[in-house]
Amino acid sequence: MTLLGSSPPRPDGAAKVGGTLRFGDDLPKEGLWYGATLRSPNPHARIRGLRWNPERAPKGAVCIIADDLPGPNGVQLLDDEWPVLAEGIVRHVGEPVAVVAAATMLAARQALGAIEVDYEPLEPTLDLSAAANQESLYTLELRSGQVEQELERAHLLVEGTYHTGYQEHIYIECQVMSAWWEADDKLVVEGSMQCPYFVHRSLIHVFGLPAERSVVKATPMGGGFGGKEDFPSVIALHAALLAKACDHPVRIAYDRHEDIIGTTKRHPSVVTHRAGVDAEGRLQAMEIEVVLDGGAYRTLSPVVLSRAVLHAAGPYRCPNVHIRGRVLRTHTPPNGAFRGFGAPQVQFAMERQMDRIGRCLGLDPLEIRLRNVLEEGDKLPTGQVMDESCSARLCLEKAARETDFQERWQHLEAKRRAPIDGESMQGVGLSLYFHGAGFTGNGERVLQSVVEAALLEDGRIEVRTAAVEMGQGCDTVLPMMAAEASGLRPEDVVLAPPDTSRVPDSGPSVASRTSMVVGSEVAHVVTEIRDRILDWWSNSQESGAAHTVEDGVVRRGNGESWPFRELARRYCETEDPLVVSRQHEPPEWQVFDEETYQGVAYPTYAFGADVVEVVVDPDTLEVRPRKVTAVCEVGRVLHERLCVGQVEGGTLQALGWGLMEEVKLEAGHYLNDRLATYIIPTIKDSPEMEVHLLERPWKGGAFGAKGVGELPMDGGAPAAVSAVENATGIEIDTIPATPERLLALTSAHRQVPSGPQDPKRGRRPGG
Amino acid sequence: MKAFAPRSLDEAMVRLTEDPDLRLLAGCTDLMVGEPEDRLGLPGVLDLRGLSELRRIEWHDDALEIGAVTPFSQIRDSPEVQKSFPALAEAASKIGGWQIQNRASLGGNMANASPAGDSLPVLLVLEAQVVLVGPEGTRTVPYREFHLGYRQTALGPGEIIGWVRLPKPPENAMQFFRKVGAREAQAISKVVVALLADVSDGRVSEYRLAAGSVAEVPLRLTEVEKAMVGRAAKAEIANLAGHLAAQAVRPIDDVRSTAEYRRFALEQVVRRMTLQLVRRVPE
Ligand SMILES: Cc1cc2nc3c(=O)[nH]c(=O)nc-3n(C[C@H](O)[C@H](O)[C@H](O)COP(=O)(O)OP(=O)(O)OC[C@H]3O[C@@H](n4cnc5c(N)ncnc54)[C@H](O)[C@@H]3O)c2cc1C
Repeated sequence: MTLLGSSPPRPDGAAKVGGTLRFGDDLPKEGLWYGATLRSPNPHARIRGLRWNPERAPKGAVCIIADDLPGPNGVQLLDDEWPVLAEGIVRHVGEPVAVVAAATMLAARQALGAIEVDYEPLEPTLDLSAAANQESLYTLELRSGQVEQELERAHLLVEGTYHTGYQEHIYIECQVMSAWWEADDKLVVEGSMQCPYFVHRSLIHVFGLPAERSVVKATPMGGGFGGKEDFPSVIALHAALLAKACDHPVRIAYDRHEDIIGTTKRHPSVVTHRAGVDAEGRLQAMEIEVVLDGGAYRTLSPVVLSRAVLHAAGPYRCPNVHIRGRVLRTHTPPNGAFRGFGAPQVQFAMERQMDRIGRCLGLDPLEIRLRNVLEEGDKLPTGQVMDESCSARLCLEKAARETDFQERWQHLEAKRRAPIDGESMQGVGLSLYFHGAGFTGNGERVLQSVVEAALLEDGRIEVRTAAVEMGQGCDTVLPMMAAEASGLRPEDVVLAPPDTSRVPDSGPSVASRTSMVVGSEVAHVVTEIRDRILDWWSNSQESGAAHTVEDGVVRRGNGESWPFRELARRYCETEDPLVVSRQHEPPEWQVFDEETYQGVAYPTYAFGADVVEVVVDPDTLEVRPRKVTAVCEVGRVLHERLCVGQVEGGTLQALGWGLMEEVKLEAGHYLNDRLATYIIPTIKDSPEMEVHLLERPWKGGAFGAKGVGELPMDGGAPAAVSAVENATGIEIDTIPATPERLLALTSAHRQVPSGPQDPKRGRRPGG
Repeated sequence: MKAFAPRSLDEAMVRLTEDPDLRLLAGCTDLMVGEPEDRLGLPGVLDLRGLSELRRIEWHDDALEIGAVTPFSQIRDSPEVQKSFPALAEAASKIGGWQIQNRASLGGNMANASPAGDSLPVLLVLEAQVVLVGPEGTRTVPYREFHLGYRQTALGPGEIIGWVRLPKPPENAMQFFRKVGAREAQAISKVVVALLADVSDGRVSEYRLAAGSVAEVPLRLTEVEKAMVGRAAKAEIANLAGHLAAQAVRPIDDVRSTAEYRRFALEQVVRRMTLQLVRRVPE
């Protein structure tokens, strides 16, 4: 079969392009009411009084505050520390204090005016420097070798501190959730979400319902990017509480403004590096401190930090590494899951550090990386030994070759030193990155994901997973994987809607795991159904001769053939219903020690290298990326067009994060809380993209696929910033590299060193 | 909500006289972006798009008249505008993106009276006249006296912006427009600059400079203009022009940019335009 790697049209494509697909806020519902949320105007305050004055609200409106909750006041993620509604204390601007429902959206918004809150302001902790000497939300440590000694002994010590900012998801479809209660106290929640079973868990936790009396249905999603991993549980709880109180179905649909102020973002980070290198630039020891701003509540921060720590040393070989990670608590909205999940932040820092080491030794960005690149047989700081699917050098060399990187970089360095007034400045930058595939550490083992397949009466096979189509293409790829494994056609497989009453918990649609983990199980269960039917068919014929299945057709050695669906239909006529299920087991060698942070944190890694070309306006310092060459090694390309799409989209998102996207806060308030002021790239800002997909399959399943969703988020920002440095000579360690920041750095005379540095002197600490 | 779509100016005036609370609308690209309450709570609207007098580009005497509801896409593509007022065509092509340009109108940009309106510095340097239509007839005010303050205009009760008159610019004068935004499209200007200038006999003979997003209203930078007119057209004057421009404005730090950057960008852009002027290099 040659199905995998081809690019059949996506089944959801026409409806999405034609505008006929119904998203969560488009679905009609009889008697629907609307919810609205009262939010804290204070970053930190005690709630002295909270009063609902129904006589001042539109008739019939209802209001829910923390006291009205039927169970624990906590959203169930890793723990239930995140309140459903603020209780006694508010800890960030925008924190939900009360929710109301009324018959129309405007009436609900009006009803908010009938709530009186008396706040006593408390001292807020608003940034990382203020939070540094307070108790951390979470800490981690990872150690290998003799770091202090080796730093002492090193030829050159290079230090740097690197900052990354928030990023807002800006999925096209804002958060939306509807809830209603059916007979027998059964709760139904329907809306935009990546993880139906996360929402389910929170609902049964707060309402104390038996699992089967809570039903969660994921509607078609207009994008997620991680923003619909954690937050949908919050809004689902709000809608369910209101629906119970007013005895109507209730929908909460955030507009863009509310979505920006109310939902989680990418964690801002400060990463400090101290590296000791030998005279050739080979890494001898690294000490890395990773600090993330968790915001007011823990949410998923511990696992974000975990991935950050595990990627902090990049795809490089270094025998002595000490990494410390901390998530600090500030009185700002909680940060959460976002494509890349901590890895983009730390790899931005690592890539900038590599460039800096290179400059200190007079080595270009390619050369310094070639001398340190991780290869088969090398160890990560966790002790994990890289197997033959390690492709960092392959990616690096390919990216450099395709772009004549070294020559181009040298040429532009020289050009920068002899500027011509009015001529635009050009630069080229390089990054090398990797991304651990699937859940971190023992995550997949703990998840115990289950996938099911059932034979339908019409002879097709229904696949039941909780995987959600959010644009990434799982509705296209899962049937392709099933078909590839079984010899059936993709159209012989139907996907059950992600509805907890119909599908088992196959885990969340996150961590680039859907194709790799869920897909490989789908391939198994569909193949198992095929085998059961073939067995039955062989047994019912006198000769038990072997059959082959190709393109949905079953053939016997003597030339006879039947459409598989025909046999399956006949099976249904006489036999009992056929359902098979399977639980995912990670490879037995994937063992990770959560205490020491040693072992196999990810069964495999995808790798990538980006070369970004930028043009900088000599007058205004505006940066325009012109071309990106992205080389991504993804194990196995399952659907070429979708895979390229993931790389292009993720790269653009990374360029936005690195060059323009900036959440600005004042006294804990987001200032740019709309699309007119939170600037993301438009199609006109998209550079030409040349994507090269490489394959070094891993042995664990999924036809060798490693996961591609998050990988491209890791490389764009450091490569773009490196290019700006090449163009302008301005030394940049903070993103986004906006023209305002470039100007401020120019005023502060932050220039790249002009030549090799003296050994031992290294670079100014703290950067 | 009441909604009217008059077919003639007279009918529009009658409606407005009867119901002075009606909100005028053209492309709705400013009107629709407010809070739901602002949109849904309006007492009524009067749609100006059906008025042919307000949707035209044509020469009248020595001025080009552009109707207030004419969308920027039409201004952008108009050969008349491109030929005689290239700075306005350029500004029109930089407003929002194509979709916005298809709806957004010149009159809406003026009535909205934002400090960042991209067409406004161009109207200043072109010395546009604004024709206001009211129940008592029409009156004409220079654009300079129309935009009075932050989101404040000289529009009286019951009046609408009818059209603008752009006097034929001096023969051979060069026009420049530069928008500095955060991205290539859909960006509200951090700084926007327009210059109309000329050189004769080796000296700067005309120099009209205006900038937006650097004060509460778009400004004519008269100090720079005075300093430039009469100077020998040498490259050195470009630095002076930029320097004086940066001194003449009162930019602020806000969510879009910093005062420092706005001053810097203005200085650099004015310098560059002036260099192009003295070198007679069209942009
Ligand atoms: C995505 C987006 C991008 C944008 N980008 C830019 C940009 O790059 N540069 C820029 O300058 N602006 C930009 N804008 C703002 C807006 O498009 C412009 O100000 C536009 O010119 C407004 O015109 P309109 O016809 O849409 O006005 P409307 O929204 O219809 O009206 C705006 C205001 O003007 C009044 N009004 C309209 N016509 C008249 C009239 N003839 N007489 C009296 N009052 C009138 C209305 O009552 C209303 O108060 C953008 C807006 C959006 C939504």
